[in-house]
Amino acid sequence: MASLKELKGRIGSVKSTQKITKAKQMVAAAKLRKAQAAAEAARPYAERLEGVMASLASKISISDSSPKLLAGTGKDDTHLLIVCNSDRGLAGAFNSNIVKAARIKAQELQDEGKKVLFYLVGRKGRPVIKREYPSQIVKHFDTTGVKTAGFDEAKAIADELMEMFEDGQFDIAHLFYSEFKSALVQEPVGRQIMPVAIDTKEAADTGAAVEYEPDEEEILAELLPRNVTTQIFGALLENNASEQGASMTAMDNATRNAGDLIDRLTIEYNRSRQAAITTELVEIISGAEAL
Amino acid sequence: MALHFELVTPEKLVRSEDVYMVQVPGSEGEFGVLEGHAPMMSTIRNGAVSIFASEGAEAEVIEIEGGFAEVSEKGLTILAERIAA
Repeated sequence: MASLKELKGRIGSVKSTQKITKAKQMVAAAKLRKAQAAAEAARPYAERLEGVMASLASKISISDSSPKLLAGTGKDDTHLLIVCNSDRGLAGAFNSNIVKAARIKAQELQDEGKKVLFYLVGRKGRPVIKREYPSQIVKHFDTTGVKTAGFDEAKAIADELMEMFEDGQFDIAHLFYSEFKSALVQEPVGRQIMPVAIDTKEAADTGAAVEYEPDEEEILAELLPRNVTTQIFGALLENNASEQGASMTAMDNATRNAGDLIDRLTIEYNRSRQAAITTELVEIISGAEAL
Repeated sequence: MALHFELVTPEKLVRSEDVYMVQVPGSEGEFGVLEGHAPMMSTIRNGAVSIFASEGAEAEVIEIEGGFAEVSEKGLTILAERIAA
């Protein structure tokens, strides 16, 4: 059995771990509220934009002259997986879940004989993907410099992606991030963002003759890149909220586990202390009796 | 006689209210939108959106950067990239 001093030391160390996890939990809870509000505030814009895009796209027939972002490059050989992770750990399985979703997709595509490239956002997903696909990472977008990734970062990422797309470095881009359902549930999702997958069926046909200024194609050409930015921005916000949620849940569990461990160690400590006292007493008494 | 006006940025829904008229800096020229305007879509250049809460009222000016305006039977929606604080 461990000595009293050892037990005391262990209790102390678990207690300080618990302090850390508890602090992180409270920080996450506070940040979660803000992140969640931000994610929700961004939804109207994305919804409106999608609605406009759908109604526009339903009016334009896809031809050779239509923008590449809508029609695609005509091939689907090279797929770019954009994997959004966080910069910090202590969030349970949050980051590994996103990476896992991306890896499954990558495997699937490679089995079909496609070329897979990675574009990474955030620090945490990098080591895992680098180990498995060392030569397929085209870029790692660093978000450690800013507190929370915002619209400017989304725009920078989108601009770079557009450039690469125009360059023909990839044909199809998929975006991987974690969708925020609640503080307890975050779901890793992957979806195609380039070329734009538009659900034309949902386009509400008002029947009214809409005037376009400038014409439809020009508006669409301007809207398509913006749509990419918005989607990435939305993903970053959802990711941020998910990270805080995952972190809160994970740290809550950790705090509780530490509490249980402390209780167990304390009982063990008391027991050993009592045993030591009993032994001492027996020694004294038997010594006195022998006289 | 009210025009439903919404101003949305990626960060948030900035305005959602009934107004009399809104002047929009379209990429091919300024245009004003009153209630019952024919449906239209236009891109926007950087500039000022002037909102008139009622006829003859003083305009409230919001500077916006890049974006897109849509007029439908539901009213006017401006999707702006950002607004100057």
